[in-house]
This record gives sequence, structure tokens and C-alpha cells, in this order.
Amino acid sequence: MRVALFITCVNDAMFPDTGKATVAILRRLGQDVAFPMAQSCCGQPHFNAGYPTEALALLRRFVRAFDGYDVVVSPSASCVSMVHENHTRLAAVTGDAALQADVAALVPRVLELSQLLIDVMGVEDVGAYFPHPVTYHPACHGLRSLGLGDRYPRLLAATEGLSLIDLPDAQECCGFGGTFAVKNADTSSAMVQTKVDNILATGAQVMATSDNSCLLNIAGALVRRTGAMRTMHAAEILATTRASGESWRTSAPALARSSA
Amino acid sequence: MSAATGPVVWAGSKPFPKAARTQLAKAEQRATLNRVTHQIRRKRAAVVAERDDWEELRRAGEQIKNRVLRHLDTYLEQAERSLVAAGVTVHWASDADHANRIVHALVKETGETEIVKIKSMVTAEIGLNEFLAKRGITAVETDLAELIVQMADDLPSHIVVPAIHRNRREIRDIFAEHMPGVPSTLTDEPRDLAGQARRHLRKKFLRAKVAVSGANFVVAETGTLCIVESEGNGRMCLTLPERLISVVGIEKVISTFADLEVFLQLLPRSSTGERMNPYTSLWTGVTPGDGPADLHVVFLDNGRTQALADPVGRQALRCIRCSACLNSCPVYERTGGHAYGSVYPGPIGAILTPQLRGMDDAVDRALPFASSLCGACYEVCPVRINIPEVLTHLRARAVEHDREHGRHRLERMVFRAVANGFDDDERYARGLSLGLPLAHRLAGRDGIHRLPFAGAGWTQSRDVLQPPSQSFRAWWAEQGLDAFDGEAAR
Repeated sequence: MRVALFITCVNDAMFPDTGKATVAILRRLGQDVAFPMAQSCCGQPHFNAGYPTEALALLRRFVRAFDGYDVVVSPSASCVSMVHENHTRLAAVTGDAALQADVAALVPRVLELSQLLIDVMGVEDVGAYFPHPVTYHPACHGLRSLGLGDRYPRLLAATEGLSLIDLPDAQECCGFGGTFAVKNADTSSAMVQTKVDNILATGAQVMATSDNSCLLNIAGALVRRTGAMRTMHAAEILATTRASGESWRTSAPALARSSA
Repeated sequence: MSAATGPVVWAGSKPFPKAARTQLAKAEQRATLNRVTHQIRRKRAAVVAERDDWEELRRAGEQIKNRVLRHLDTYLEQAERSLVAAGVTVHWASDADHANRIVHALVKETGETEIVKIKSMVTAEIGLNEFLAKRGITAVETDLAELIVQMADDLPSHIVVPAIHRNRREIRDIFAEHMPGVPSTLTDEPRDLAGQARRHLRKKFLRAKVAVSGANFVVAETGTLCIVESEGNGRMCLTLPERLISVVGIEKVISTFADLEVFLQLLPRSSTGERMNPYTSLWTGVTPGDGPADLHVVFLDNGRTQALADPVGRQALRCIRCSACLNSCPVYERTGGHAYGSVYPGPIGAILTPQLRGMDDAVDRALPFASSLCGACYEVCPVRINIPEVLTHLRARAVEHDREHGRHRLERMVFRAVANGFDDDERYARGLSLGLPLAHRLAGRDGIHRLPFAGAGWTQSRDVLQPPSQSFRAWWAEQGLDAFDGEAAR
């Protein structure tokens, strides 16, 4: 299975460790992964802000970058949902039949990391070790658009030493919403305050999520409020093992032999 | 095909971000809204979970409405024929003013100066009460929440519960101040308040010769009108007066009586979280000796055909006004309905208002952006209106309108520049390799606490996290991990 990593622009620039973690998990499970350098952004920021024409150029780039792989995996629920919900729609508007065919063939192969692990590779216990109380915020797009359901909670619960603490009103939006956080800053701030209250009420040491865009918002607000709690993408927890701890943050582990 | 020329949006409304700031500062209102929206959400979730066929019902509702909208001309003409055959006089109104003039003339004919009204969104949309008041006719709202709003000279803030922003202590005070003959012993117990309203309204019902209603559904096949309500006050209006005038948006038509089966299951569960609402009134024309002998239906366009012409936006016309999207919306829950500046608040209002009115007003252009696109509205919509899809569609229309009128040039430049950068291998990689170390040092370990200009909105509640000094792609290149070389990787 030829798997390509779609890192997403936010992770590439702001959360490279989430990409490293994704690579580490897959290599430990014997799944090699490629990183096509031609990738950049899926066009979500532009599409959601009312700039579909600008998003279209990025859609073409996305198709070019990932054509030819069996699976395109991404540790970002909202970017995967942009591909699934809007790439087909955007391509349809162009009337470009070749592009539409390429998009139609590619879209079903684009998976969120937890979908690849559980649905395709059939793994729930990835051999992680993380002896801390963790609470999990399911990002809106993962929850409602992709229907990730309890995939991450199951992966986290299978992690040795980890105790998963329920987040009150977990399904409620953190208030990020891209430009919403700036254009409607007052409303967005009111939303993230509630999210932070709920997270702090869990008493967890770590807050994990499936979408680092939300983390820009939640972590920024947590730091402002307490300066204390650690926030991570769930993949970073799953990449951490008893034998080598968080060494994946510096170098990728060897590709395991027991190939899938 | 024309835009709504009627009110829809209240005079003096501010664009959403500004209006929301004012509303967010009202602590008591926020506590009330938080409590009530969560209550209705829980009730809805419980009764929806009882139905194994909920998704099928939603799809049926969606498809019935889609079929009617696809052939709206045919169904409207069929509805007119059925209504006329049943003894109803049918009127057609292209916009709010037209509808108001028709209703006014029909009331004036009777010589009455006071009429009773059933709660109706469409008459709020056209500003009927204000139109009649200017011409010496008092329209008395008989829905309890609508009455509260009317007495306090307030604005409605919710589609089903217009006084949702008021708690019972405030309601008690409003009654005490505005209702004639209220005893000083009136408490804020719901039973006490309802009893007081009943005594007040009973007199109005017994006197009224003319009533005005909307309609939840009009059956084209039979000419039957349907009103779904909770209090029975609507039933009083529908049965006691001599003349009944029903103002109906053209999208309210359904094709057959059997279609009601679907909607009468979807609506109460979605709306109030009840399996069945207490009062469902159905009437087909005039029945001698039973109810009003003089029935009128005013079909209203007011921007609906304009919305219908938009292949993406037209799904908003499926709306059955249940308010599930309002009750589930994290934005609405905090700002309340007044921030939307329109009789149609919440997520549905954000897509309906600008479609009815067009994008010429700043209030309309701001509405599609009043959402984090979390999708909670789409998840609960009983007729599967993909509200996030329409929101992004209308955002593009707002941006296009801005471009045509030379507004927000800087924002457009930024989005274009970012897209160009993302679409250029070299510039993208160079941007990261030069920009990140700089941003890393600039932000420092503590991150950034305050940004200028548009960024100030971000830092009012959030720090900007320190970016890493190295991008993922730079790390990857360093690791030399490239898999599948010469195979698929390009």
C-alpha cells in the first residue's frame, strides 16, 4: 500500500511534530509513507472565507501532488473534510471533465489518520505508552462531517497507562472557524472560554484533539488563562512508546519489518 | 423575480459582529439563553432518538420539499384552484408592501380597528403589525411569547419562542406594567403568568371579528391549511372570528395531504422536543356554521423566487421554521437572536435573510460569516438543509459584491497572495524556511499576547503560540525518508 502523508499547511508551519508523529506511528506499524513535496494547502481557508476561485488553484495542486498513491493520510479532520465535501463541488463548477474525473478518483482515497489506522489497517492498539490523564476534544469536522465517532477515543483508550477523562459538552465547537475567530472575535472568544472552562474542569494533564486548527485556538486560550495544561494532537500521544518515549520528535523510527 | 422590499431586517440593525458584541455583554440574557437552548436541545435529542426511522423521515421531508420547489409554479396553481373550489379567496403579493396593502384593505372593509393574530413568521417578515398600526388598526398577538414581545415593545429573538431572551421575572414585570387589570399579587410562577395572559386574551378572542394567521403548510391537492401550535390560542383565532386572512410564503405549499404525515412527525420533535404538539389545526375552505365564513389566503413572494433561482441557496426554502438550528447553534446560544438584525435569526436566518434581500446592505453581507461552520445546524435540520454549504456559498457572493463595489481590497490582496504562495513550490518552501525561524524568535517561548489590526480580535482572548523553528517539510528533507522513490512520488 503506497501511503502519502498530507501534512496540511497549518501543521507544516505550526505543528510539524504532528506530522512526525504520524510518520512514526505508521513506520512502527510497518507502513512506509511518502511525502510529496508538491503539496501545500487544500484550499480550505480560501473556500471558507468566500474565495472559491483561489481555492480552485490549490485543488489542482492537491490533485497533482497526490495522484498515484493508494491512500493519502492526514492528521487533520477539517482538511480531510474539505477534500471530501468541497473538492468535488469545486471541480464541478469548472466544467473541466478531466479534473472532475481525477478528483472523483482521489477523494475516496483521502483518509484521516484514525480512519487509516482503524478502518484500513485494522489496528486499535498502536503500542503507545502515555501514563497521563488525557481529555479529548473531537473537532467539529471530524465529528460531524467525517463521522470519526469514537475512533480516537478507542485509540487513546488502548494506550498503555493513559486514563481518558470525558470532556463535558465535548461535541461543542471551540469557536475557531478560521476567519470567524477574527471577524467575529467577540463571539469566538465567548465560545473558546466555555471550551477552556470545560477542559480545565476535567483535571486532565493533557488535552488532545484530532485537528490542530482547533488547537491554535484552544491552546492559545488555555495559555492565556492558566499557562499550565499541555495540548497535543492525539497522534503525538499515539506515537509515544515505552521503549523510545518521544524520540520521534527528533528522528523517525526505523520501518518495522512486519509489513501490512 | 425580485428581492424582498419589505422589512425582514429591522431598521437600524448593525452588522452581526457589532450587534453581537452588544448582545454578548448582557449577562442575564446569556444565562437565560444558555439554559433554555440546552434544555430544548436535550429534549429534542431524546425524542429524536426514539425514532429508528429518523434519517428516513428527514430524507422524505427533504425530497417532498425539493419536488414542490422544482415544480413550484404547478403546485401553486393547483393550490389556488383547490382553495378557490373550497370557497377561499386567493390573493398574490409580490412583496411585503403589496401583502400589507391587501391585508389592510381586507381588514378595513370590515370596519374593525382591532384584530387578533396567530403567531406567524411571515407577518413579522413583512412588518404587518406596524403597517396596520400606522393606519389605526391594532393587531393583537395571541401567542404568549409574541404577546410578551409586543407588550414590551421588544423584538422577537427566536422563531418558535420569540421571548426566549426573557426570564420569568422579566415577564412578570412586563405583564405588571403593560397588561390592564393585573393584580399586584401576580407572581413569576409560569402557571400564574399563563393564567393572567389567558384572562387578558380571552376578552380579545371574544371581541375579535377578524384574525390574521400564517400557515405551516398548504396542501395543493386539497386546499387545506395547517397550523401547528402549542397553546391553543391559534385555534381560538382560527375558529372564533368571522374573517380569517392567512398570509403564506409561496414555499409553504406541499403537494398531497399524505405529505403532512412526514412533516407532522418532523416538526414537533425538532421544534419543541415533543412527540406531538398540543394543537394542530387543519381547515379546508368554509364549513357553514363552523368557524370563519370568510377565508382569504395571501400568497407572498418577497424574495423567495430570487432564492429559488440559486441552485445552492434554494435549499433554504425547504425550511419548516422549527428552530432546531437556532437551539443547537453555539453562536446563537451566546448572542441570541437580536444580533442577527432580522426576524429570521440563527443559522437559518444567516442564509435566508441575505437571500431574500440580496447583498446590498452590510447587515446581509455580514450574516453568512456569523458562523464557525461547526455543522451542528445541518446535523439537526429536519429537512437536511446543508446550512454550512449555503453559508460558504453566500460568503463567496458577499466577497464578490465587495469586489464589485471596491470594498475590502486589502483582504482580497492577502487571500490572493497567500493562495499564490501556496501554489508556488519555491516560494512556499522559501517562505517557510525563512519565515519560521524569524517568527520563532519574534514570538519567543511565551508566544504573542497582543496583535495589532485584525489580529487584535484573535489576541483579545488567545495568545499566538510560538511557531517552531523548522517546518515539517524541512525536517522531512533532513531525514531523507523518501519512500516509493521513482515509483509514484513525483
